[in-house]
Amino acid sequence: MSENSEASALLHSMIHRTEPIKVKDRLGIPAQAMPELDAGYRARSQDEVATGFTADMAQLEAMRCLQCKKPACVEGCPVHIDIPGFIDFMAKGDLQGAVDRIKETSLLPAICGRVCPQETQCQENCTTGKSLKSVDRAVAIGRLERFAADWERKQSQVKIPAVKPATGKKVAVIGSGPAGLVVAADVRREGHDVTIFEAFHKLGGVLRYGIPEFRLPKEIVDQEIHTLTQMGVQIRTNYVVGRTRKIQDMIDKDGFDAVFIGTGAGLPIFMGIDGENLVGVFAANEYLTRANLMRAFDKENSHTPIWPGKKVAVLGGGNVAMDSARMAMRLGADSVKVVYRRSEAELPARKEEFHHAKEEGIEFCFLQNAKRVLGDTTGRVRALECVRFELGEPDASGRRSPVEVKGSEFEMEVDTVLVAIGNGSNPLIPQTTPGLQVNRKGNLIVDEVTNKTYMEKVYAGGDIVLGAATVILAMGEGRRAAKAINQMLEG
Amino acid sequence: MPKILAKTQLSDDVFQFRVEAPLIAQERLAGQFIMLQTHEEFGERIPLTIADADIAEGSITLIFQAVGRSTQQLAKMEVGDDIPVIVGPLGSPTHVSKVGRVVCVGGGIGTAPMHPIVQAFKAAGNRVDVIIGARRKDLIILEKEMAALADNLVICTDDGSYGRKSLVTVPLKEFCEEPNKPDLVVAIGPPIMMKFCAETTRPYAVHTLVSLNTIMVDGTGMCGGCRVNVGGKVKFVCVDGPEFDGHLVDFDNMMQRLGAYKSFEKESWTQYQTQGTPRGQGHDCKIDALADEFSKRGSCG
Repeated sequence: MSENSEASALLHSMIHRTEPIKVKDRLGIPAQAMPELDAGYRARSQDEVATGFTADMAQLEAMRCLQCKKPACVEGCPVHIDIPGFIDFMAKGDLQGAVDRIKETSLLPAICGRVCPQETQCQENCTTGKSLKSVDRAVAIGRLERFAADWERKQSQVKIPAVKPATGKKVAVIGSGPAGLVVAADVRREGHDVTIFEAFHKLGGVLRYGIPEFRLPKEIVDQEIHTLTQMGVQIRTNYVVGRTRKIQDMIDKDGFDAVFIGTGAGLPIFMGIDGENLVGVFAANEYLTRANLMRAFDKENSHTPIWPGKKVAVLGGGNVAMDSARMAMRLGADSVKVVYRRSEAELPARKEEFHHAKEEGIEFCFLQNAKRVLGDTTGRVRALECVRFELGEPDASGRRSPVEVKGSEFEMEVDTVLVAIGNGSNPLIPQTTPGLQVNRKGNLIVDEVTNKTYMEKVYAGGDIVLGAATVILAMGEGRRAAKAINQMLEG
Repeated sequence: MPKILAKTQLSDDVFQFRVEAPLIAQERLAGQFIMLQTHEEFGERIPLTIADADIAEGSITLIFQAVGRSTQQLAKMEVGDDIPVIVGPLGSPTHVSKVGRVVCVGGGIGTAPMHPIVQAFKAAGNRVDVIIGARRKDLIILEKEMAALADNLVICTDDGSYGRKSLVTVPLKEFCEEPNKPDLVVAIGPPIMMKFCAETTRPYAVHTLVSLNTIMVDGTGMCGGCRVNVGGKVKFVCVDGPEFDGHLVDFDNMMQRLGAYKSFEKESWTQYQTQGTPRGQGHDCKIDALADEFSKRGSCG
């Protein structure tokens, strides 16, 4: 991490001034820009794009916080981290204090600091940002959270949360994604015996197979899992609950007192257009799983092949679409185009991801949509037939709905199509567990307060309940379920 | 980690492993499969069907053909070695009931997954005819096991070195023309064989199940790589299958999709061979050979 002399000088003057720092002074501190790898370099590398604040930048950024009496930022956080509290420690240079404060409520700050959509959560409510009339100038809460967590990891002194004396109660956590990890930690802290069951050979769920290395280095996921094992959480990989063992058997025969289902989102949704099964059309899930979980980007070592797309079209405009597009570029594509039906203003991806993607040379084809995929005689993709749209009247969601421009079809020459328009639900657990109930979309129905399912002792949370959502929302669900599980086991 | 308890070489490149997997042995049903990796960090996930299971011993039997890098590596493992990753049983089990007369057609390595299906249909009280097909005598597997189960066993080889000199579709057609024509046909083998079995039974309107072995990554209903077109709808082999109505499967598209990584697998195979680790026979890629064979012969049965 290179030093930022401008930030250091300003910080020095702030710390050593004699008169008290006023609101005006705090608002006068420039928002610190996140240092990033050069776009040309990173577009072909798996290295993490955002390299992180320097210590001085972090402290200076922390000083921009106005320490509101009624902190609106906390309201915007799904797990209600004491944001002004931890930032106050950082402003005073007490990083351990900051980490400790965050960890009272959030187990995975290094992850949340990187992948949470802060701009629509905590930072959207930030008074500093509001005073400066731009959410972009809100206190960079997520980056500060990340800095504190990274600092702790680099000190090699990650504190292992205290575990209460053994209760003799056993809890099974199915799935090791964000929801499952939170449940495992929260339930283990109360002294219950916890086993995580993971279908894959590696832990982390979407943090492992979905979010690429360049956005979330896997060493961070490994660290969080290491902490759990240090707490005494047991782990069973290569174990598909529902198939390897039925949930009812885990309760009746294996003696589990509670089960949490956090198996995540399921089967990818396709457009339902002609040519979607041609060779060269992939669900983003498959493409990213090959690259991330199976390490296909490491061509020297990985046995798993990945399609070497040169001219790539990505369908969809969310974060998964951004990850897929940027991964395709990193795997050697000459051109990557994101095809999105609406305009830039409606793009569901985080602004930061969109900007990073653009910097890396990803082209955005707004107000266009795929109509069919065209193949050659061998069944491989040769082009995408697209049609243009224009924005019409606002729909029920308030977004201006796109209207197809008749006769505007055209061919986009591509050899690869990545479909990133969302996921359905995974039928595996409901199929094999008759006591559960699902909604129309196939997601598990749970109690809104306790996250308990229709089965006794069985709770669920995360994408298997919400449909495709975010890491932090899954964590919030996990926290609620863990609380209810702990209460049930206590009673 | 699952330990290899027994290893038998059934033919030049077909191997039978008995592997320690007590939970899978207990839960597996006819028609299901497992995913396997020969290396935890960098191994490819490959689906393999379960040929048999022994609950008392806590083992499952896998039969596979060493056709690519991963299966070739697996073939090199010995009794006492641990297989780094085995997960399952996956897929929806075969729907087994008493239907009357069932004809089970196993082509080449496809005879392995057919074994538990024959067991299950027999146990349900059906009359079961079994047709096993292979290119030549030494590629016929599970003959004894099938003979012990089946009411009637027909063996076909392409070169006539054993049993009838014919494709499996010939006796299948004859069965369909008999007065008590089959109530159900189950065909498992190379895609082209399953396609032609389905075409054989179609005019007789005999319900025909096929078990598809597509490219998969996770095998648990997440990646979508195994999708096939069945009756105009997208279906996922790992959770909706692996068995489907053979009269509705778009085999041509499926075969194209199976070939997606062919050239890369060849590269991987070559890389693997030049590293000097395998048997070192220096022959050409077997995937190519197999594909060429299927397309030349029109059937592998």
